[in-house]
Amino acid sequence: MTMTLTPKPKVVVGMSGGVDSSMAAALLKEEGYDVIGVTLQIWEATGPEVEGGCCSNSAIDDARRVAFILGIPHYVLNFRSYFKETVVDYFTQSYLYGETPNPCLACNKHVKFGEMLRKARGLGAEYIATGHYAQVLRDPGSERFLLSKGADNRKDQTYALYMLTQEQLEHTLFPLADYRKEHVREMARERGLGVGDKPESQEICFVPDDDYASFVRERIEVPIKPGNFVDLAGNKLGRHEGIINFTVGQRKGLGVTFGKPMYVVGLNPELNEVVLGEDREVYTDTLWATELNWISIPYLTEPLKVEAKIRYNSTGAPATIFPAEIGSGYEVMVRFDQPQRAVTPGQAVVFYHGNLVVGGGKIISDPRGRNRGSKFEVRGSI
Amino acid sequence: MRRVYLDHSATTPVDPEVAAIMMTYYTEKYGNPSSVHGFGREAKQALEQARNQVAELIGAASGEITFTSGGTEADNLAILGTAEALRKKGKHIITSCIEHHAVLETCEYLEKNGFDLTVIPVDEEGIISVDALRKAIRPDTILITIMHANNEVGSIQPISEIGKLAKEQGIVFHVDAVQSLGKIPVNVEELNVDLLTVSGHKIYGPKGVGALYVRKGLRIVPLVHGGGQEKKRRSGTENTPGIIGFGKACELAGQRMADDAEHQRKLRDKLINGILERIDFVKVNGPLGEKRLPNNVNVSIRYVEGESLLLSLDMLGIAASSGSACTSGSLDPSHVLLGMGLIHEIAHGSLRFSLGRQNTEEDIDYVLEQLPKIVERLRMMSPLYDQAIHSKQA
Repeated sequence: MTMTLTPKPKVVVGMSGGVDSSMAAALLKEEGYDVIGVTLQIWEATGPEVEGGCCSNSAIDDARRVAFILGIPHYVLNFRSYFKETVVDYFTQSYLYGETPNPCLACNKHVKFGEMLRKARGLGAEYIATGHYAQVLRDPGSERFLLSKGADNRKDQTYALYMLTQEQLEHTLFPLADYRKEHVREMARERGLGVGDKPESQEICFVPDDDYASFVRERIEVPIKPGNFVDLAGNKLGRHEGIINFTVGQRKGLGVTFGKPMYVVGLNPELNEVVLGEDREVYTDTLWATELNWISIPYLTEPLKVEAKIRYNSTGAPATIFPAEIGSGYEVMVRFDQPQRAVTPGQAVVFYHGNLVVGGGKIISDPRGRNRGSKFEVRGSI
Repeated sequence: MRRVYLDHSATTPVDPEVAAIMMTYYTEKYGNPSSVHGFGREAKQALEQARNQVAELIGAASGEITFTSGGTEADNLAILGTAEALRKKGKHIITSCIEHHAVLETCEYLEKNGFDLTVIPVDEEGIISVDALRKAIRPDTILITIMHANNEVGSIQPISEIGKLAKEQGIVFHVDAVQSLGKIPVNVEELNVDLLTVSGHKIYGPKGVGALYVRKGLRIVPLVHGGGQEKKRRSGTENTPGIIGFGKACELAGQRMADDAEHQRKLRDKLINGILERIDFVKVNGPLGEKRLPNNVNVSIRYVEGESLLLSLDMLGIAASSGSACTSGSLDPSHVLLGMGLIHEIAHGSLRFSLGRQNTEEDIDYVLEQLPKIVERLRMMSPLYDQAIHSKQA
């Protein structure tokens, strides 16, 4: 344990009851910070609780127990209506727009690093901290705050944090930056926190049984209409039960057989069409993105070579990013060195230089209409 | 760190005299009051003495007191027990929009099970209109249930008048007096009530014990069946130490009520006036003066959230409350303040301080020193406060 002579600042730790955020709180406490634990109550399931989900009451109880063991105050904050507005509503609306949303990104942007940070500052805290595997650095030259991968590359969570602004990064601590997951579990066991063996939370925390289609159907006001499967040329191939059931790259669950493997290559909400193609047609070398946030650079002025990551679990692929022409309807164009599979509108694209996050944005449908008639507009915001 | 407890409407510390007498009934006189032997008899005798003490505080006969596990159970027993007993006579129940959840949820449960429910509104001070209540009465109205004093804003209701009305119409009248007991006189005859709920832990007695006054001759159907204790109204071995502690707490409340009220009224007014002097954009919720419980302070502080206020106060050792806590301990906007016509944003920044016997002038000074600083810090982050200040200056 590090002994400090001057009192360290106050930090509010977002505690989900899981091993990562529990250890984040423990490490800060051991370093001498004035630590306050908070758990956000963000959702109240109508059905049975999602097991291991971060919004269950048992998660709150776990967080409270860990805080008690650590000897830090713990509060439960009511974020239910805020979470519904900024995450759940965005999530359900996105499907109607033919996008595949990433609610964890919206939650990080609006809830954890938005409202929770604001509340923490109101409580007199200098920082918030979370159990993310990531690292905040400061570039001595530009004085910009940088977001970097942490020591555990396999657990890297920077993809879900690309939207952090300079001000947010300035007031954020990631205590697990230097640790690997196994080590974190081991440290939690050593300290008797009782969460060292909790399983990873994988599913969307507010969707029961991972059945997102039922969840969306129950929450939107417009009826989900059946529509056509079409090929890239617009020829009708069959009928589908509603575009919310599909995501780009999907093969299973089309409900129709075509005599050869067919994949979803695009969704067209205006025409209520699901565009199908063969495997090679799921690949593309170009994507467009909007809602950009830049971290290591103030903005993009000229083409830049990066590694671009298009989903949470993929590795980055070499690409060049181009600033948009004015009035083009997008903010950045990404051209990959090699075609990428299943570029999915609604998901994030995040740019890296090695371990450092350059920036990122939300993938949108082809603004020039590869997806036939899908008129570009800025829709549900991450 | 200084610790100041200002949440006596949530619960109170057990009076040392009460705790001392209870201890005897855990370790020495531990008999089951239903047993025939000496151990049982001494417990039974103490139980009946406690019943007398409770009855005396509310002007009832001891036979009219049924002990329960607390206020919530007593409310449930009164409402469900009456509805069940009078099911054939009618199915209409009247309550108000500022009742405690123990009453509101129970009435709503009955509504889902075939009863009709009228929830009457309150005025901006949180007081029920007797006229509105009179108009709500129907030929098939079987029960009126109204609280004596509100737990959030301290508004005292015209119970005696409502009781008279209920009596004239032959309607059973239940009153939840959990918050008023020990703070203002509660007399079942003067209030014209048929059923009255009281609780131990709000009057320096133990948690887990309460009672329902049931007017002699009134029939209610029990919720809990078994060994037939409490005249078959509430089976289960009596919580003897708790009941005896409750009895003692009632006796002490009777002795101390006048002094307590005077002391707390003085602190209450000091706190209210101090907040109004030191913080702008503040609204006092609930009535002022005699229509308010002597120990209640409730203010809405604009451009801040009650939750942030509460946490900031807690970090300085000051215990207050805001809204109503759900099972996980997070906060929802108060149905009482919304019922009084406050808009959501204002109800959100509300804070309740409830005073108790042990509070001192210094406690109030400490709050008045810290609260303005907290509010200032929180408002620094509110763009709405900025606008309000500018439009005020303009």
